[in-house]
Amino acid sequence: MGRILLPREDVRILSTAAVGGYEEKRGPLGAIFDYTAEDDRFGQKSFELAEAEMARMALSFALGKGDITLPDLLFSGDLQNQCVASSNGPASVGAPFIGLFGACSTMAEGLGMATLALSGCGAVTAAVVTSSHNAAAERQFRTPLEYGAQRTPTAQWTATAAGAAVLAKGVGRGVRISAFLPGRVVDAEITDAANMGAAMAPSAADTLLAYFGESGERAEDFDLILTGDLGQEGSVILGMLLAEKLPDITLRHKDCGCLLYDIEKEDVHAGGSGCGCIASVLSGHIIPAMERGEYRRILAIGTGALMNPASLQQGGSIAGVAHLIRLEMDI
Amino acid sequence: MNKKEYKKLTERRAGRSPVFSNTLAAYLVGGSICLFGEALRRLYLLLGAVEEDSFLLVTVSVIFLSVLATGLGVFDTVARVAGAGTLVPVSGFANAVSSPALDLVAEGPVLGVGAGIFKVAGPVLLFSVLAGSLYGLLYFLFGVAF
Repeated sequence: MGRILLPREDVRILSTAAVGGYEEKRGPLGAIFDYTAEDDRFGQKSFELAEAEMARMALSFALGKGDITLPDLLFSGDLQNQCVASSNGPASVGAPFIGLFGACSTMAEGLGMATLALSGCGAVTAAVVTSSHNAAAERQFRTPLEYGAQRTPTAQWTATAAGAAVLAKGVGRGVRISAFLPGRVVDAEITDAANMGAAMAPSAADTLLAYFGESGERAEDFDLILTGDLGQEGSVILGMLLAEKLPDITLRHKDCGCLLYDIEKEDVHAGGSGCGCIASVLSGHIIPAMERGEYRRILAIGTGALMNPASLQQGGSIAGVAHLIRLEMDI
Repeated sequence: MNKKEYKKLTERRAGRSPVFSNTLAAYLVGGSICLFGEALRRLYLLLGAVEEDSFLLVTVSVIFLSVLATGLGVFDTVARVAGAGTLVPVSGFANAVSSPALDLVAEGPVLGVGAGIFKVAGPVLLFSVLAGSLYGLLYFLFGVAF
């Protein structure tokens, strides 16, 4: 069996929403957010709860736009330990909850899994929401927020953002999720936690090579090949890894981590990262652009770095996983 | 390419921190902090402090100002540029203790702040006490100062 999974039903994106924080509002895509908080607190007493609230809001906006009160299924995940931002936030809508962990690839994983679920059972609607919060992630994975550390040039900035999408089958309109290629975990033995781009690029390459090898398509068959958060460094490395077999990839490739922030003006070093990065860019920018007819066929590849503070301290390496979904807008 | 080649490629690409400007910034900021400390010490002497107390007063003052800067959210903004310049003087230690304390407030005073306040500074405390004890032992046994 090939790795490209084709849904047996027509699954479409009914509605999307994106919520962001201070840095995200200031970036080039500031206008795509349905709501942004000035102080990244979202009225909560901790940043962890702020992230949950942000994800809940994104889901709420998306459901409202799609005129759905309760989806049949809810797919959700985040970076916090045991994904509590998802269980504390969006889960409160009361839908059957399917928790996911794909690190920063979770949105692509969720959209793919929701498509397969709708395609394989009687459920009609599914919501997918993921989030990340800079403060919550820094606390958990790196150093205290006010700690005076210098970040390296390859370090990335975890986005304070959430993106949500409501999927439905049998609606006949909207962006269609026409294929899902779940990634394999690829461990290139990178141990530098400040170089996620290098850790994740090999898995993105593996997924892209699998897709193009199996489908026989070429990069020019797509308007855009979008990666989640390889950042500037990871994007260059991806180009190097694919130079031999997929040289044209760079013509169509963009990365959400490089789109979300102005790398020159904002202090984000190599670009954005986090589940919320691809989630907000896809939900707030790309999918609406497809609905307006600006793109017809897109590959979206969520890239995730798999590790935790303990594994890093034990000298473990950072493996990567890259999930691919194919989005098509029939005109 | 194989994993070893890949790792070398990525490390070569990544190892491009701006060493010269980082070193210069560290020198200027670190030096300024120490200069400020010395000026403060002269001030304390003028205000009537005894010589040996003046050193302690300076340390306490720099610690206080570093903790204040951390609490006001400005320390990390300066440190981002200064690097070793804020890390090496006692300001670095003060920031290393106060920053986790701020983070952990949400987790309560005992299990949050209490248990976690030395999360970053722990190694400094442990190994400096151990080093001091070892030094003291050697001094006691051999009667020589190193």
